[in-house]
Amino acid sequence: MGNFLFGPFADNEFLRQSLYAGILVSAICAVAGTFVVLRGLAFAGDALAHGVVPGVAAALLFGFSGVLGAAIGAGVMMSGVSVVTRRYRLSGDTAIGLLFVGMLALGVIIQSRSSSFAGDLTNILFGEVLGVSNSDLMWQFIALVAVCVVAWFCRRPFLLLSVDDGLTETSGFSVKKYHNIMLAMVALTVVASFQTVGTLLVLGLLIAPAATGALFARRIGIMMVVAAVVGIFSTYVGLLVSYHANVAAGASIVFCSVLVFTACAVVVEVQRWQAHRKDIHHDHDQPHVHGHVHVS
Amino acid sequence: MSARIEATGLAVGYGHRPIVEGLNFSLQPGELLVLIGTNGSGKSTLLKTLAGLVAAQGGSVNVLGAAPGTQHSLVGYLPQHPVSSHTLPLRVEDVVAMGRYAHLGLTRRARAQDHRIVQESMERTGAIAYKSRPLRDLSGGQQQRTHLAQVLARRADVLLLDEPTAGLDLVGRQAVAELVAQERARGVAVVMATHELSDADTADMVMLLAQRVVAQGSPATALTDAALRECFGFTQPH
Repeated sequence: MGNFLFGPFADNEFLRQSLYAGILVSAICAVAGTFVVLRGLAFAGDALAHGVVPGVAAALLFGFSGVLGAAIGAGVMMSGVSVVTRRYRLSGDTAIGLLFVGMLALGVIIQSRSSSFAGDLTNILFGEVLGVSNSDLMWQFIALVAVCVVAWFCRRPFLLLSVDDGLTETSGFSVKKYHNIMLAMVALTVVASFQTVGTLLVLGLLIAPAATGALFARRIGIMMVVAAVVGIFSTYVGLLVSYHANVAAGASIVFCSVLVFTACAVVVEVQRWQAHRKDIHHDHDQPHVHGHVHVS
Repeated sequence: MSARIEATGLAVGYGHRPIVEGLNFSLQPGELLVLIGTNGSGKSTLLKTLAGLVAAQGGSVNVLGAAPGTQHSLVGYLPQHPVSSHTLPLRVEDVVAMGRYAHLGLTRRARAQDHRIVQESMERTGAIAYKSRPLRDLSGGQQQRTHLAQVLARRADVLLLDEPTAGLDLVGRQAVAELVAQERARGVAVVMATHELSDADTADMVMLLAQRVVAQGSPATALTDAALRECFGFTQPH
């Protein structure tokens, strides 16, 4: 049993590297994802994840850094959404949807010029978790530190943004400024994570663990810790399943995180049902506690 | 004593389209101005203008002697029931503590005095009874009490309350009236938008709005049958 659980990581250097990358990505996504869930930015996060595709595709085609390409793609996506929303008075959802498909299509067009079109596109969309290098780990560690620093300094405006824009502005924090900082933090998370789980699946690690945290936690710090634990657990189990069943690693990690959320949601539902039953029994045993009058 | 809020020929609206024009009023410390009108009459837009969230379309206005939206720690704004209340997993006491953020800024650590004010604000609204529960699990009335506690925790000199009694039962509405009276007693000027005529009983000034000022003055002079019929299309029972 021990060999089944730990053997693959002890015997294979590449799998250990993948696990380290998964741990770092889980931690980054836990911090950024918590604010994404609280602020309701899942669609914007998805758009940013797809916005990096043309940048990475261009990087592969012209031979420059994929991380740089992803950062440029995310920047173009954020600016585009901002311009469409402000200039043409369209809703944020419409602007995001428009840019989302536009950037994805552009990425596929650029990538179709490549000789290994299908393979490269698959790597961009679904990641290459089993091919993590030391320099990837270093970049992910730097991104983790940067995301933590931003989240710490901006925690107050970020929390206010999760309640109400008007409240944020009247508390002395610019909604536009801190909303953009939050988006930049999500963009950094996507750029740091896409090599591990891919642009299509990074949203899974951004949302599912944080949403699991939101089921149980009542404080922002605990929500982040729960999200990180769920992300790391999903990474470990996902890699293990991938190794033993010979299935896609990135997809296994993300699917596992969604399964964890589902299992936790069922637990919460059962707890609520039990509490409800307890209340009914309590009312039945003590009919006058809440001022009810029972006429027999 | 200098006026807490002063508006002369003020026009409020969005973009370049005024909703209400020619607003003239002055509010002294401890005074209550109640804004009454149907949806879209301009109540919330006027409050947002006073809070600095929407630019004035014309005329002049100052809050605490400065342009609206410049004295964050001295002006408290309660928006209409935020939609996020139904999904926010954070504890009530953490939501109320956000009321101190205007004083704390980005980095200043909360001190014992800040914690005491948060505690007192929860006690005053009754939110203390469920301070450890997540906001999303509460009823609409309990959520509204939590948001009220948050705005009280600001310890402001001017309170701008957008429908603070929405979702509250009779007891809750009386509690809000008491809170407003307590704030006025310590010199706070209050502007309150509401649909409830009874909320105007203790006001110093009432403004009936219907995309223009239908009537303005003391409750007795502004809330006449003719003015109410003009504002709502029918006479509401007092």
